Amino acid sequence: MADWPLLSVLIWLPLLGALAVLALGRNPGTARWLTLGIAIATFVASIPLYTGYDAAAGGMQFIESHAWIDALKVYYGLGVDGIAVALIVLTTFTSVLVIIGSWGSIDERVSQYMAAMLALEGMLIGVFAATDALLFYVFFEAMLIPMFIIIGIWGGPRRVYATLKFFIYTFLGSIFMLVGLIYLHMKTGEFSLAAFASAGLNSTEQAWLFFAFLIAFAIKVPMWPVHTWLPDAHVEAPTGGSVILAAIMLKVGGYGFIRFSLPITPDASQEYAWVVIAMSLVAVVYIGYVALVQDDMKKLIAYSSIAHMAFVTLGIFIALALVRDHQNPDAARLGLQGAMVQMISHGFVSGAMFSCIGVLYDRLHTRMIRDYGGVANVMPWYAAFFVLFAMANCGLPGTSGFVGEFMVILAAFQDNFWIAAVAGFTLIIGAAYTLWLVKRVIFGEITNPKVAELTDLNAREWIVLGAFAAAVLLVGIYPKPLTDLMETSVQQIVGRLLLAKV
Amino acid sequence: MTISKTLLLVIVLAPLFGAVLAGLFGRQIGRVGAHTVTIGGVALSCALSFVVLYQLVWGGAATFNENVYTWFEIGRYSAHVGFLIDKLTAMMMVVVTFVSLLVHLYTIGYMHEDDGYQRFFSYISLFTFSMLMLVMGNNFLQLFFGWEAVGLVSYLLIGFWFKRPTAIFANMKAFLVNRVGDFGFLLGIAGVLLWFGGSLDYATVFAYAQDPSNEMGARTVELIAGHPWHVATIVGICLFIGAMGKSAQVPLHIWLPDSMEGPTPISALIHAATMVTAGIFMVARMSPIFELSDTALSFILIIGATGALFTGLIGVVQNDIKRVVAYSTLSQLGYMTVALGASAYAAGVFHLMTHAFFKALLFLGAGSVIIAMHHEQDMRHMGGLRKYMPITWITMWIGSLALAGAPGFAGFFSKDAIIEAVGESHRFGSGYAYACVLIGVFVTALYTFRSLYMTFHGKERFVVDAHDAHGHGHDDAHHDDHGHHEPGHLAHAPHESPWVVTVPLMLLAIPSIVIGFLTIGPMLFGSYFDGVIFVREANDVLGELGRNFHGAGGMILHGLQTAPFWLALAGFAVATYIWLFNPSIAAWFAKTFRPLQTLLMNKYYADDVSQAVFSKGGIALGRGLWKAGDVAVIDGAIVNGSAGLVARLAGAVRRLQSGYLYHYAFAMILGLILLLGGLWWGVTRMAA
Repeated sequence: MADWPLLSVLIWLPLLGALAVLALGRNPGTARWLTLGIAIATFVASIPLYTGYDAAAGGMQFIESHAWIDALKVYYGLGVDGIAVALIVLTTFTSVLVIIGSWGSIDERVSQYMAAMLALEGMLIGVFAATDALLFYVFFEAMLIPMFIIIGIWGGPRRVYATLKFFIYTFLGSIFMLVGLIYLHMKTGEFSLAAFASAGLNSTEQAWLFFAFLIAFAIKVPMWPVHTWLPDAHVEAPTGGSVILAAIMLKVGGYGFIRFSLPITPDASQEYAWVVIAMSLVAVVYIGYVALVQDDMKKLIAYSSIAHMAFVTLGIFIALALVRDHQNPDAARLGLQGAMVQMISHGFVSGAMFSCIGVLYDRLHTRMIRDYGGVANVMPWYAAFFVLFAMANCGLPGTSGFVGEFMVILAAFQDNFWIAAVAGFTLIIGAAYTLWLVKRVIFGEITNPKVAELTDLNAREWIVLGAFAAAVLLVGIYPKPLTDLMETSVQQIVGRLLLAKV
Repeated sequence: MTISKTLLLVIVLAPLFGAVLAGLFGRQIGRVGAHTVTIGGVALSCALSFVVLYQLVWGGAATFNENVYTWFEIGRYSAHVGFLIDKLTAMMMVVVTFVSLLVHLYTIGYMHEDDGYQRFFSYISLFTFSMLMLVMGNNFLQLFFGWEAVGLVSYLLIGFWFKRPTAIFANMKAFLVNRVGDFGFLLGIAGVLLWFGGSLDYATVFAYAQDPSNEMGARTVELIAGHPWHVATIVGICLFIGAMGKSAQVPLHIWLPDSMEGPTPISALIHAATMVTAGIFMVARMSPIFELSDTALSFILIIGATGALFTGLIGVVQNDIKRVVAYSTLSQLGYMTVALGASAYAAGVFHLMTHAFFKALLFLGAGSVIIAMHHEQDMRHMGGLRKYMPITWITMWIGSLALAGAPGFAGFFSKDAIIEAVGESHRFGSGYAYACVLIGVFVTALYTFRSLYMTFHGKERFVVDAHDAHGHGHDDAHHDDHGHHEPGHLAHAPHESPWVVTVPLMLLAIPSIVIGFLTIGPMLFGSYFDGVIFVREANDVLGELGRNFHGAGGMILHGLQTAPFWLALAGFAVATYIWLFNPSIAAWFAKTFRPLQTLLMNKYYADDVSQAVFSKGGIALGRGLWKAGDVAVIDGAIVNGSAGLVARLAGAVRRLQSGYLYHYAFAMILGLILLLGGLWWGVTRMAA
């Protein structure tokens, strides 16, 4: 087992699987089953990654390295630490659910849709597993293509606008990162992230690079004020696209901060942590209020995603402030862990929320809140799931949504009372927009006669929502396995921050 | 004798088990199955809670403090799930499970024709689990879990009849107002972690707070540069803001009256006896922290006193039988809070306990009346019910006497202790608080007996439509409030409720009479709370009172000579005269003091202000930020603006276009090179 190139298997199984689906999936039924089989196989293959990763030792494991472009010293370099393991398992888990969820909702060009999903999965795993910056960059850019296709072909009426906006926004960001990477290559002669981290950059270089990375990852997360592509992309994307986008693609931004900004530009990250912290706090409040007034369910959840992802960036950069201003590495670890747990949790919760909206959209073909009301009367099980996920979205203890926010707020308080207070405002505004949504969609008398004819969840939807619910509750009730998985890795990252001083 | 961990786990998990079964498999196990598993679970919890109480009080068992499992462990920070079982916890466990058990039983009668029967049982059992987690926790994380979980169940139960617009408005309001409190509470917890020894564990935190070498009472921090504040004050006030939400203190009280939209059994269990007292329990539990800050305690004292008097006044003008009891609950929660603010924590907790019994009794009694009146709740259409439902009538009298503080009844001991304790206190605000709680006694008697007379005495103000033979069953009107009858018209004569309703009333009436008499000695002036509640010597008003305490009987005799007794008597007399003999006085009074009447009827406009400022204001702000920020500036000016600029530029440059693809490709490559080259040049120049 140890000799298997497990990470390569995880990346190439879905990528090659996508080709197989394209080739063999002329019949929609075949395409679906084949895709599901590949997705499940990938998920199963990711389990040894979790069980086999030695969390106590931390560091990069499952390392693979092969020369790729000799002239530039580019390597096909793979490896994972606890953080990457968590994100990869999240990816393989969610992908299975997305395939099941898309079963009945996609009936045109099924094989192409399924192939795009698998390709996306492979590239996402590649992003999380890459230890070579150019390889990371290739996956980072390449995954735009299947998402572009998914929104552009199976999307809603304004899909062209949304895809262009999505593509140009993110592409613009990554250009800056590319320039940074080229510079680092000039400096070190290779593309390995480890080499970058020990490049001995002076503070000016770090500052430039920090902002190059910031632009790339801030757009990806997305952070206020470069967030406006996300609501449009979500609204136009088919349900499966939304789920992948919210649950996993956004995490690439947060992961980028941890993998690039923190190790490569530690001093600049500390210097400018306040910028990111300020942007995150604005997002919590501003985006919270904007979410409150949305008429479109998907847009509301999209804005809610931005506000929740703000806790990820807050947690990461509050850790830097704690290291620098308070010499408190334990609190820094708390913040960083909080950011990571929030990423995983947001994967489950946003994935579940978008799946829930998809269930209604499949039936009534509208996402407008005003078209619903009283859904609980005809879909009691659906209502129960919806309320559960809504509560997770409000950060109720016992659900995964609470864990990350709680840790980040505790850590933030250690740095500054007022940062914690502004972040804590999410308790109020987050509950306000979520519960108001629940009130208008789920509760009340039925006003739209079409709602009266709705039928409750079918078995397929049950599996998807049930699996998400189990994950949400599991992490909420017992987060220790997750934090233990990442503990040493987080400790090592914080340890390097402590050393960093130009 | 030691308390076993298994026993405690069974106490907590039995109701959860019932809730899950009834909730997920309600259809399979049916109505009888649902109420059997939930009642069985809660009964088991209740019995074992009594065992725990016995072991602690009579068996000499030591305080139990152990973790069950670790929630997370990061660096030196860790969070656990575990239990701290001391006498305060044991008392709360008994109160919670006992009232819960009776409410479960009562629900069989109250909800028997409701479609959501199984769901209701599932919720109230889930509530019992959550409340037990709250009181039994040994750390702040679990406290917060229980705190939010009871909030969730309260949300679900207020909105139980989710078709009613008023119910789903009320439940959202309750959750959001509570969230304002939780916001403060969470900051308080974070403050505890930062300043009180880096732990979330009660024992560690309290030991740190009490260790003189840490000088926690003197430690300050500058949240605003140049303004040093005591950390204990910051933490205390933040934690108390949480209590203000959960225990409905002014100005976060506005959710509680609306919560009456929920079915009556939960008004009794959650919104009177248990959940709303969680804030009181929490402050008492945190006494080592609160004792460090006189400022925080003064704050508590003033907030509590304001609620005790002014919400009681609203109760005098309410006509809905449940709302009177709801405002009474607000007022009584104010009393408990006043006790906390005066450092008489034990008195606050003692009143919590007596109040749990008699207020649950009053709510369940009101529910019994509501059943008899076919879901009519307006007391203006009642009157003279005593002859139709004698058991309800007598038990309601007992509850009312306990509430009004008639000597010998449960409420007398707890309320008198609070008033005297405040009188002893010299803390800032204690003068104001003393005046409030004294006048409050008069007001309490006034609204209590007013509602009793309007319901059970005097002329019948309803009409029985005898010709309407086929009746409506008494619960079909659950969903549409007053059914198809005119207000005050009943299909058939009111009658006494079935035994599942009256037995809980009788079982609650017993402690409403005797519990104060039996327990005041040990709880307030004995050693019951030794090592549990911590009071600094200078603040020990109960110790002061204890010197003059010579048994419960003596306290009754002494009580007859004090102001509260005469004020209560005056309230009783006025209520009797007005509502039993001369109702026109009430009308005359309302007309003469029109502004006061209007002010009270509008509940001091607190709802209107919060609605206008926070709801409407929040939505307006959101719309403004969205339209101006996202749509106009970010998307309009910057994103699409630059796209538009490119388009215009392209329009101008269009003349250059040749139509040859390779020209375009060349231009693109050139552009990219220029862009990257420029950046490259910038970066390298800066680096050099």
